[in-house]
Amino acid sequence: MFKYFEPNKIFSITSKAPKYVLFLFIVILSIGLTEALILSPEDYKQSHSVRIMYVHVPAAWISLGIFSAITFLSIVGYIFKIRNFFLIAKSLAPSGLVFNIIALVTGSIWGKPTWGTWWAWDARITSMLILALFYIMYLVAWRIFEDNDKAFKVTSIITILGIINVPIIKYSVDWWNTLHQPASINILSKSSIHISMLFPLMTMTAAFALFSLLIFLMKYNTELIKIKNKGLDRL
Amino acid sequence: MYGRKVKLRFFFILLIITTLALSVFLLVKSLEENVIFFKSPTEIKTLSEIGEKKIRIGGMVKKESITIISKEIRFIVTDFKNEINVVYSGVVPNLFAEEKGVVAEGYLKDKNFFLATKILAKHDENYMPPEVKAALEEK
Repeated sequence: MFKYFEPNKIFSITSKAPKYVLFLFIVILSIGLTEALILSPEDYKQSHSVRIMYVHVPAAWISLGIFSAITFLSIVGYIFKIRNFFLIAKSLAPSGLVFNIIALVTGSIWGKPTWGTWWAWDARITSMLILALFYIMYLVAWRIFEDNDKAFKVTSIITILGIINVPIIKYSVDWWNTLHQPASINILSKSSIHISMLFPLMTMTAAFALFSLLIFLMKYNTELIKIKNKGLDRL
Repeated sequence: MYGRKVKLRFFFILLIITTLALSVFLLVKSLEENVIFFKSPTEIKTLSEIGEKKIRIGGMVKKESITIISKEIRFIVTDFKNEINVVYSGVVPNLFAEEKGVVAEGYLKDKNFFLATKILAKHDENYMPPEVKAALEEK
């Protein structure tokens, strides 16, 4: 049996919050873009193409983060039978997929002038493509299975299968010879990215996170409206 | 504290994840040969036979090794243990330079000689403004 929850209280938050989040997102994004495109220096080696990194890296981080969050929510939701967690996971997924695709496309645009190729079947790039496929599978599963309980189970399985790929993406550049460079930012050791470039990178990450939050709130709000329209005051 | 069913579901998920992680680990481990994007000169030296198939080698372009003779470009790829001579004719990417990473795709003629059909530049994880690079070099 799945536990019930009261959507009315949450609804009062999710219907009001988006406009504030949107405002904050626009402010942070303006700061981030000004820093990334104008104020930050060019790179000593790749000159201005380094600016693609300020979109590419945050997008990749967010897409990995969202997939991990979805998996966590699905597993906990399955073990404790909390329906609400599945709705949260479902509402998070679209922005995760969008950022995953942004990371792949910007990587490709960056790869052409620097590496000399649009695409390489390199471990990092291929595993990132697989993550995008898992996102698509996850979202399609929600559309196929109209029965909620069935959708909960199928989507949980997809996230569990997909989560194995996440550490592979993270460590692919350390485990194998890849065309993709290893991580520049390390929590435990000194980062190999200059502070003047780190700052716009972090601002852009915050902006993208806010965008994900915005899309999440809107999607989640829609889910709650759907429940209301079914004439249920509880799920 | 939690019901028997909750515990059961917890172990079920734990079991699935462990099984999957192990199977994927074994699978990837056995496919390692195909997962790696390029071979280093040292790995080439230890090859038992030279295949006819197209392969990729990678490493650093050795300092002062690039020579251009009309349309042909020759350079040495090194991993600071072993070296391979590479011959290539065509366009090289902007970032192709001495003492920088490179990946060459093509055919191995013998263990010291590689005929490249495509050159990719490898970028490292260092990002800094030109002034900082200049300051670092002065030191």
